[in-house]
Amino acid sequence: MTTIARDFIRQWLVGLGRGTMLVWETACSIFRHKPAWRDVIYQMYFIGVKSQSVVLITGAFTGMVLCAQTYFQFHKVKMDTATLAVVAVAMGSELGPVLTSLMVAGRVGAAVTAELGTMKVTEQIDALRTLAAHPIDYLVVPRFSAMFLVMPLLTAESVCIGISSAYIIGVFLLGVDPTYMWYNMLRYAGWTDMLTGIIKAFVFGAIIIIVACDKGLNCPQGAEGVGQATTESVVYASISILISNFFLTMLLNRILTGS
Amino acid sequence: MIEVRNLKKSFGGHAVLDGVNFKINKGEAVVIIGASGGGKSVLLKHLIALLQPDAGEVLIEGQDIACLNERELLKVRRKFGMLFQSAALFDSMTVEENVGFMLRREGNHTDKEISECVAEVLDMVELDGTQHKKPAELSGGMRKRVGLARAVIYKPEILLYDEPTTGLDPIVSDAIDQLIAKVVQQLKVTSIAVTHDMRSAKRISHRILMLHEGKIYADKPTEEIFKSQDPIIYRFVNGIADVKHITL
Ligand SMILES: Nc1ncnc2c1ncn2[C@@H]1O[C@H](COP(=O)(O)OP(=O)(O)O)[C@@H](O)[C@H]1O
Ligand SMILES: [Mg+2]
Repeated sequence: MTTIARDFIRQWLVGLGRGTMLVWETACSIFRHKPAWRDVIYQMYFIGVKSQSVVLITGAFTGMVLCAQTYFQFHKVKMDTATLAVVAVAMGSELGPVLTSLMVAGRVGAAVTAELGTMKVTEQIDALRTLAAHPIDYLVVPRFSAMFLVMPLLTAESVCIGISSAYIIGVFLLGVDPTYMWYNMLRYAGWTDMLTGIIKAFVFGAIIIIVACDKGLNCPQGAEGVGQATTESVVYASISILISNFFLTMLLNRILTGS
Repeated sequence: MIEVRNLKKSFGGHAVLDGVNFKINKGEAVVIIGASGGGKSVLLKHLIALLQPDAGEVLIEGQDIACLNERELLKVRRKFGMLFQSAALFDSMTVEENVGFMLRREGNHTDKEISECVAEVLDMVELDGTQHKKPAELSGGMRKRVGLARAVIYKPEILLYDEPTTGLDPIVSDAIDQLIAKVVQQLKVTSIAVTHDMRSAKRISHRILMLHEGKIYADKPTEEIFKSQDPIIYRFVNGIADVKHITL
């Protein structure tokens, strides 16, 4: 039992250390060398387009269910028109960024790990190194930069879709007064909620891509190794997102609202 | 030019290289022979620092490359071209993009110059016209030749070939052997090939190193290896299995 715990902790620390090194090297590479913009744009296209369906569906249905459930509870105390305010705050600062990044981790993180892992086991990474291309410059930096730019956009998109679909459900299905509902949202949901969500999106995007690249570049040999690395990439990224979300909420709340 | 001193490497407690020593001069063509799984690919990867040794030194023009970091190694590796055993072509790119990779990275050639250069080396490996194919559409032998083209296009000083002719038909093997010999003569490169194809070894080398049980067992000019009466070398060169190992 103690050995299992010790192994787990050691692995976790090793992973954290490797991730930190990767962030450091990536940052150095971004500042020291000019990133290849063509590759960054291609990756942005790849990440953005690949995630459209999941982001839209996640945003829309989360917004809808949140609206319905909030309405059911608030209706009991005659606070129907506060529904959209709750939806906006929850979507903007928590559910939007978290659910979007979880979906993106499953979609893009897995794809990146599988791609880099396959390159590793088929010696393509070694071939890159012999051709004097640093794997960090050539593979990690474009993906990291693209993710860093795309993730907040995807989050904003999912939040907008969530609020719009909540509005539609609230007005046309549940019959809440649209004017008051909208007015209350503007009154109670502030820019800090949205900013919280966007900052989280930057952090989660970085987590997803760093975990994915680390797992891919250190993939064990063989087809089995690629499968294992891909699974681990999604699991570790998701867990890191959920855990860091709590700390980010506490931290950002303190910084942005000063309380 | 290349010197290996007391190189050791083990994987999971199994010593693959156990004190390898040799020296290769500029312009030499050397072949490393040895049994499958004997660590030939591992040795070749140490010469270009794709693997870090557990102990020992790898000196390239007097510089120990085992203690350089990845970024410093990029400059050293520019001198090398390597053909991988599995060819290791980038499967997301076309043949043309694969072969022109290094020229495009260096960024001081126009697209037109690059595609002319690529056509020229592809012609040399008899694959002109395959520019727009993906590696997955090529046969194993064609992939190896593309890998060769990718390694020679930027005219490196040292070429490493990992089993350049294994698994190819005799005619293509012969063409590759001739190509390797021609590259050595014309470009004055130092070439190090790993193979267990003795016919090919005879044609492309001046000197043969035999890797046996993690050490360099023999280091002799090619003709001497072929004439050697040493039982281990003799059996390897003539392809005779040790009868004791065959049980029915
Ligand atoms: N990256 C690696 N991890 C673990 N073992 C390895 C690795 N690379 C090679 N080996 C082991 O080293 C030994 C020699 O392999 P290799 O150099 O490929 O042989 P060959 O002489 O046929 O090229 C094999 O037993 C192989 O299992
Ligand atoms: Mg080999």
